[in-house]
Amino acid sequence: MAGPAAAHGGPAAAGGALPERAGVAWRRPVDARALRARGRLWTVSTAAHTVPFVATAGILVGIEPGLAPVSALALVHAWAIPELYANRGAKVVRPQRRRDARAESTALGLLGDLIGHEARALHARTGLVPERGRLGVWLVGEAGALLVRPGGRRVHCWCVRADDPSLPSADRTAHLLLALREDETGFATVANLAFSGATWRVRRRLAPAMRPALSAAAQMARA
Amino acid sequence: MDRTGHTTLAEWTAADDAAFAAASEAFRRELDAGYYAVVSEGEGQARQVTALPAGADLVILRRPIAGG
Repeated sequence: MAGPAAAHGGPAAAGGALPERAGVAWRRPVDARALRARGRLWTVSTAAHTVPFVATAGILVGIEPGLAPVSALALVHAWAIPELYANRGAKVVRPQRRRDARAESTALGLLGDLIGHEARALHARTGLVPERGRLGVWLVGEAGALLVRPGGRRVHCWCVRADDPSLPSADRTAHLLLALREDETGFATVANLAFSGATWRVRRRLAPAMRPALSAAAQMARA
Repeated sequence: MDRTGHTTLAEWTAADDAAFAAASEAFRRELDAGYYAVVSEGEGQARQVTALPAGADLVILRRPIAGG
């Protein structure tokens, strides 16, 4: 809906909370503290998956050097498991299939109106919209978002989408962006966390075209 | 925002009561259909509204989001 501003009436704000939070009322709000706790949990989980394999590799070679091939196999497991998790995280921003070129173009125009020049340029190159929030720097995609925490070393990967799959891709991004701007904590609470870990690990699993967006977000998060 | 990219549902000015009433009716219809109304307040800020703000430049109707 559009209307040229002619007067400033009193809009009836519904309050700061994202209404979708009501659908996940059992979830604790995801604030900075909750994010730190989740990050630690993911680190512990990664260590729990990795350390036994590394230890096994070391012990096997220590007992019998001839078991080096088995040790190597254990080390491959130790490397692959975190990579698989990171891949799951990176998949949240994987581009979806485009449907109607005209609708895509129209939607892109509206999305472009919502963001600044630099964000528009980054979106054109990578398909992701950067958005600075209180929790860090977000990269909003069509069906998910990445949150780079302050310092730029950790990224949380969130699976979240608008409830209409027929929307053009830029519209799907715009829906998520508006929801994020309404209530950042609510957005993170409604979304499902797919992965939390090192930025470099997620970056490697992203499509090459999207990697500059994560690098830029990490740089913003360090500033 | 819809599958065509976006559709302008109504235009109004605060001085035009009839246009505002028609816009408010269209607004209410969309809210009843499950959309949420959002007023963009510059980069990084948006506010949900449940009544059509007469002074807003643009009110965007968005679909609900959910964890995937």
